[in-house]
This record gives sequence, C-alpha cells and structure tokens, in this order.
Amino acid sequence: MARAAVDHRAEYLLRLGDDALILGQRLGEWCGHAPVLEVDLSLANLTLDLVGEATLLLGAAGDADQLAFHRDVLDFKNCLLVEQPNGDFAQTIARHLLYSTWQHMLLQRLTQSSDQFLREFATKAVKEIAYHRELASEWTVRLGDGTDESAQRMAEGLDWCWRFVPELFEVDDTLQATIDSGIAPDPRQFEEEYRTTIAAVLADAKLEAPADQRPILGGRRGHHSEHLGHILAVMQFLPRTYPDATW
Amino acid sequence: MSSDWPLWEVFVRSKGGLAHRHVGSVHAPDAELALRHARDTYTRRMEGVSLWVVPSVEIVASDPDDAGELFEPAESKIYRHPTFYDIPDEVKHI
Repeated sequence: MARAAVDHRAEYLLRLGDDALILGQRLGEWCGHAPVLEVDLSLANLTLDLVGEATLLLGAAGDADQLAFHRDVLDFKNCLLVEQPNGDFAQTIARHLLYSTWQHMLLQRLTQSSDQFLREFATKAVKEIAYHRELASEWTVRLGDGTDESAQRMAEGLDWCWRFVPELFEVDDTLQATIDSGIAPDPRQFEEEYRTTIAAVLADAKLEAPADQRPILGGRRGHHSEHLGHILAVMQFLPRTYPDATW
Repeated sequence: MSSDWPLWEVFVRSKGGLAHRHVGSVHAPDAELALRHARDTYTRRMEGVSLWVVPSVEIVASDPDDAGELFEPAESKIYRHPTFYDIPDEVKHI
C-alpha cells in the first residue's frame, strides 16, 4: 500500500511537471519570432517560469534531465491543451488563458497540500502563474475588443483550444488517490469558478464563449496528439544524439 | 505593429528609499500593458521594487540649442558644490 501511494504521488508530479515543461517548450518557440520585441521578452519570461517549475517538479519525481530528455511520447503525462500548436499570437494567448487560469486555481489550493514539497513549490509558483493569468487575460481583452481581425483571430484561437478544457477537470484513479491522501486538490471543486472566471474575461473581451465540443481526453494516460512528437524531436534531439554533452 | 504603439518612458525604483530612475523605454498599446512590458523588459534580474511608466510625449525636454545659457553659468560656481564639508562615512546615498 505504501508503495502504491508513492507511485501515485510520482505520477501526479509527472503530470504537473510535464504540463510545465511542454507549455514552456511551446512558448519558447516564439523566442525571436514574436510580433514585437516587448512581447518576445514577455513570452520568454513565461517560458523561463515554466521551465523552472518543470525542473522542480520533475526533480521531485526523479531525475529531471532524464525525464525531460530521455522519455518517449507515450510516457509523457501532460494534458493535451499545452501541446497544441502556437498558431498565431491570439491562439497562443487563448491557450495560455485557458491553462494558466486553471493552473493558478490549482496552485492556490496546492499551497494547502499534505505534501511538503508541493506546498513549498506551490507557494513559489503561485505568484509566477498569477502574473501569467493576468497577462493572458489582458491580451485576451485587447485582442477580443481590438480590431475586427484581432477579434476574429482570438475567437478562432479559443475555438481551437476549447475542446481540451474538460481534460483539466477529469479525475481518474491516480488523481482520485492523490486527492484522497490530501496531496492534490480536486479540480472539480473549482470547475464552476473556472468557467465563471473565463466567461468574465470573454465578456470583457466582447467575445462569445465557443460552443462546447466533443471533449478530447487522454494526455494523462500518454495518448497524445501528433504535435507532441514534433515538440520532443526538437527538444530531445541534442541530448539524445550526444548523451554526454555538457555546455 | 510597434510603430502603431506609443512609446513609454520607464522608471525603476531599485529599492525602498531610493528614487525612481529612468532606465529606458518600451512600446505598448496602453498604460497597463506598458507597465507589464516594463516589468518584463527591465526588472527580469531583480532590478526593482517599483515601476513608473510615463507616455514619452508627456515629457517636456529642454532644447539642446539652449544648453549654453541653461547649463554653462553653473560651471563657474564651484562654491555650490557641497565639497567643503566632511560627510560622515555612515551617511549613505548622498
């Protein structure tokens, strides 16, 4: 029994760590390509926060470098939302609004976790992600309530990402076990708050919430979209080709 | 795109008790995002505890052509420098 409890905790750390790692890698793709220099720096800052969080979480789950660079697609446990392509700037903002709002609500509750590492981790990360959430909300409002073209792009970005939201609130056996042991918050407890918060941002942005679509699930079990393999190919190429490289 | 965005001057207070100091400028569509851009551009390495942004067009600047009459008269007034006093070592930030 004790063994199983430890495994659930490690699995939970992997899920959170992979979310941060993959979203950080995705945002990092903007570096040097953002619409303006200031936005380039903004997105790179978000990247660094997330990669730092991934380093802590994967380090608590095992050897962070080994986990990040030497696992295959099916072993990654991130949610499908974070691996979605950047698309245009609006789609990136839509993805970040939907993820960081969820992540912030989770971290606020994780500061009360029964697990000491997660408590301390959440206390640090919750400030970083509060900024992510605010920045994504601000941009959502400016794009949604901007020009016809920016509103159109923002609506399309949200429409792309919307079907990946239900996965954030899915509770499987592993998550239920960590909830029961007080390690993890139950995401269903803040689903309504989440929906209300997103609806308020969209109202400010003069955008309609997309119609609910057939949810796409499976990331937590390693069933990923084709996009993740491409992310890993870029991210893992160097350490896999030159395993002993140092720099 | 950035050519459409106004320019904002950025001032950073490096720690409590010190004055805000001009550090540079950012482009941003409005004041709120100017603050965020200033934060992301100029305080990434713990440079500050407080930020000001001011629309660059609101800055009233002296004319370089007037530098002679504005600043040269001060050059010959050495007695205006507080160099005739001993400042105790314990006094900082003067």
